[in-house]
Amino acid sequence: MSFINYASREINLKIVYYGPGLCGKTTNLQYIYQRTAPEAKGKMISLATETERTLFFDFLPLSLGEIKGFKTRFHLYTVPGQVFYDASRKLILKGVDGVVFVADSQADRLDANVESLENLRDNLEEYGYQLEKLPYVIQYNKRDLPNVTPVEELSRLLNPGKVPEFSACAPKGEGVFDTLKAVAKLMLISLKKNEK
Amino acid sequence: MLGSQSSLVLFDEEFSNITSILEKLLVEANAKALFLVDKDGQLISSTGETDQMDTTSLASLTAGNIAATGGLAKLLGEKEFSVLFHEGEKDNLHLSLVASRVILVVIFDQRSSLGLVRLRVRKWNEELEKIFNSLEKKAKEKGAGNQSFFAEITDEDIDNLFR
Ligand SMILES: Nc1nc2c(ncn2[C@@H]2O[C@H](COP(=O)(O)OP(=O)(O)OP(=O)(O)O)[C@@H](O)[C@H]2O)c(=O)[nH]1
Ligand SMILES: [Mg+2]
Repeated sequence: MSFINYASREINLKIVYYGPGLCGKTTNLQYIYQRTAPEAKGKMISLATETERTLFFDFLPLSLGEIKGFKTRFHLYTVPGQVFYDASRKLILKGVDGVVFVADSQADRLDANVESLENLRDNLEEYGYQLEKLPYVIQYNKRDLPNVTPVEELSRLLNPGKVPEFSACAPKGEGVFDTLKAVAKLMLISLKKNEK
Repeated sequence: MLGSQSSLVLFDEEFSNITSILEKLLVEANAKALFLVDKDGQLISSTGETDQMDTTSLASLTAGNIAATGGLAKLLGEKEFSVLFHEGEKDNLHLSLVASRVILVVIFDQRSSLGLVRLRVRKWNEELEKIFNSLEKKAKEKGAGNQSFFAEITDEDIDNLFR
């Protein structure tokens, strides 16, 4: 749920990175954090286990610039991908303005992707949201690994609605900013539509 | 509650009313700092000794904390836990829900006490609820009142953000 503050002239928007365990959600945020100028970012918070798996969420606030005199801030969150953290995952989705689904391209993670996407739909529905109606993009991550499913096949399986999709290698940053820009753009366009 | 897709919109009038309530509460409760945070983790307003604090992180973690506790409440068949208290060696944290949708955070030390904070929060909570309830009405009536602003956003504006 966006937050528009006329008094301080700010717009706040919440983006959630969703996807199966180890698909690279946290890595996306880490790369964005590393490559963003100090004045445009806040502290990155990671609530993680000792083995660096996300336990509750990662959080990264970005403030990219102004639109018509309004500071535009994006709050990026990741969910914990491991199946048994579903209760926490659901909580993070509350009030979401835009979703990035990060898929793991490795062939043996195909089922995990499909399951996670279904889980995303279910959890959104509990809040009365529909994935199709939200600003939403897909990222096919880990394209650098040898045993990956072809993008065409991933797209057929995971992206029937043909939302914007990006190939990525998150640790090297490939596709990371393209993904973020695409979802941010969809969110701002949707604000514009909703308010008309 | 606001509809799931609607935004929280804050106008100058309510913002200054909220801020003046927070300032009174700060003095009456002898608190160190006060924050008002949206349940989704966005900071609405703050007052007191906030210079050394990372207010954005504080807002996000507070919302996470309330969300997790709310999840626990549901598991136990409670609607929500409306007050949380965390005790530290020096500073203490008192969290309470306002109108079920915003979180009032009070940070206090030995200059105050839990009893005093609780009393003063209860006193001002109603005033804050009134403001948020009227905001909700206003947003509905005006259709958020920001047509002109968002309709004027161009594709170029959006692209410029990412230069
Ligand atoms: N080779 C390769 N490794 C990647 C890529 N993206 C992420 N990884 C690695 O995959 C592992 C898991 O990445 P994370 O970003 O922690 O995964 P996550 O999605 O946050 O996982 P959870 O927090 O458990 O949901 C890390 O060791 C990353 O370095 C990629 O594109 N290629
Ligand atoms: Mg993670």
